[in-house]
Amino acid sequence: MEKFTTLTAIAAYYPRANVDTDLIIRVERCAKVEKGGLGKYAFEMARFLPDGSDNPEFPLNNGPFRQARILVGNINFGCGSSREMAVWAIAGMGIRCVIAPSFGEIFFGNCFQNGLLPVILPQATVEKIGAALEADPANAKLTVDLERQVVVAPDKSEHAFAIEPLRKKALLEGLDEIGLTRLREAEIAAFQQKDRLKRPWVYV
Amino acid sequence: MGKTLFEKIWDEHVVADLGGGASLLHVDRHYLHELCISRGFPTLHERGLPVRNPDLTFATPDHVISSAPGRTGGAFPWSIKVMDTMRIETAKAGIRLFDIDQDGQGILHVIGPELGLTLPGTTVICGDSHTCTNGALGALAFGIGISEVVHILATQTIVQRKPKTMRANLEGTMARGVYSKDLILALIGKIGAAGGAGHAIEYAGSAVRALDLEARMTLCNLSIELGSKTGMVAPDEKTYAYVKGRRFAPAGAQYDAAVAHWKTLATDADAKFDAEVSLQVSGLPPQITWGTSPEDVIGVDGRIPEPGHVSKSDALAYMGLKAGDRIAGTKVDRVFIGSCTNSRVSDLRIAAEVARGRKVAKHVEAWIVPGSVGVKKEAEAEGLHEVFLAAGFQWREPGCSMCVGVNEEWAAPKARCVSTSNRNFVGRQGPEVRTHLASPAMAAAAAIAGEIADVRQFMS
Repeated sequence: MEKFTTLTAIAAYYPRANVDTDLIIRVERCAKVEKGGLGKYAFEMARFLPDGSDNPEFPLNNGPFRQARILVGNINFGCGSSREMAVWAIAGMGIRCVIAPSFGEIFFGNCFQNGLLPVILPQATVEKIGAALEADPANAKLTVDLERQVVVAPDKSEHAFAIEPLRKKALLEGLDEIGLTRLREAEIAAFQQKDRLKRPWVYV
Repeated sequence: MGKTLFEKIWDEHVVADLGGGASLLHVDRHYLHELCISRGFPTLHERGLPVRNPDLTFATPDHVISSAPGRTGGAFPWSIKVMDTMRIETAKAGIRLFDIDQDGQGILHVIGPELGLTLPGTTVICGDSHTCTNGALGALAFGIGISEVVHILATQTIVQRKPKTMRANLEGTMARGVYSKDLILALIGKIGAAGGAGHAIEYAGSAVRALDLEARMTLCNLSIELGSKTGMVAPDEKTYAYVKGRRFAPAGAQYDAAVAHWKTLATDADAKFDAEVSLQVSGLPPQITWGTSPEDVIGVDGRIPEPGHVSKSDALAYMGLKAGDRIAGTKVDRVFIGSCTNSRVSDLRIAAEVARGRKVAKHVEAWIVPGSVGVKKEAEAEGLHEVFLAAGFQWREPGCSMCVGVNEEWAAPKARCVSTSNRNFVGRQGPEVRTHLASPAMAAAAAIAGEIADVRQFMS
């Protein structure tokens, strides 16, 4: 997995609430398109007009925001379906970090599996940062420092965020979760051996 | 202090404490649909890893298969390839596969309980967000992405952080024409699509105890639309009776031992939840959504609310509706009765009661997609298919169909569809399609009236 340490990049604000993973990537793309090809279909229903041209109302279609590597969203970002292709699609657009007041639970977990950092900040902070990005596109850069757990806004104000320690370590070091769990094979085998006696009906 | 149902099941499945709040949990039941296999197994092979517990892994096709009568598999070259991959990989790994037309095939969250695979106190995990449906039996059940599917295939465990707990107290008596679908839609409307974020929900209260198991599955199914980790109902006598005699359920002395264990799972009287919410269900009207999030919901006798946020103005524009208008009387083009939310035999009985002796409006195309081969057979044995066919509904083959639309079973752009499924998201049932979520009774009423209608007017 790709490491995440510190990222200073253009950030785009997409204020829509409840952005669901169906909106991020259509389901038939998930089934048909290879992992590396999903970026061009990310947000396709919002990003493109029915004739295939860019929708000027989609924030990431405008000026410097086309190069955004940080996405600032609204509540419940990535809600809905478990499709990990939503993360692959966003990553395929070049995004490495999403900042929002809250996230869909499964999307949030999927981000960590792909070296993408989801950051939760209070709604008022997110809205303030979003407004600053919109007000001054030429200066629409944020720094996300995972080691220090802060987001630095364009006005240099710093906003601390929480992250669970194991997830932080995994991102900083690019750790492989399956590899780590396989080191615990003896514990898994011991659990099952005991459990088979306690709950034999589970093992069909 | 006592423990909640959720905490008891969680604690019983901890293989290792990973520190910092993370735990390694044992997975008792891993369900695979065909896309989990086609997307997950290549990674497993790249890493040279075997499936650790094929005995605890179960597969069926539901997403990409056609629901057309007489279907033989996927409808497109790519979906036929997905089906082939599913058959080859499950055979090689020794995973039980419930294939097309075989007993057991169906939507994963329908067949899990139906086959007696989902049991109280088990962990049930699947690469599908509506896995929470299985929580109706008192299981800890949730959806995951493909990376975690591969992790489970390789290790039969999953790394998890303990969510907070929430109890949703549903009290009162449902009026005629109101079902568990209406209860959960009303709850989502009340606390919002992120109202359960970061929590595992236990549904409790007199209204929940009164529900049969299939209705509890509908309730738990929409937990993910509350943003919650999962939803569950404590097992009770109804649960034990539901499980008894099912294909993979324990029998004889083992059943008795299992029930004795399951009886210890209910939340202790002195257990504390991190949050409590409540809903009074007496007097609640049938519900229907008007927007593009399940939280955009009103009673069928209500008016479309003024948008309070830019997202809601966008939703109204997408849906082609005006604030202040009555929702009833809105013309519909399509009706879909199916999905892991509402495709069980009890759902079909409810819809058939409305459809019996009536006709689907001429301009409406209405589909019934049973949730499984088992449901289809049971419904046909009762003659429900004849009721639907006589009324002008299509009687189709089991699968996810128009709920997720991955098989391109879509409505036409700008078509309006009343659907018993779980998501009214933009484009969910096809590009530009306008979805209204409702109960099977409300969907059947819409098919017959040709417009959104109050099902209570169809009941004597």
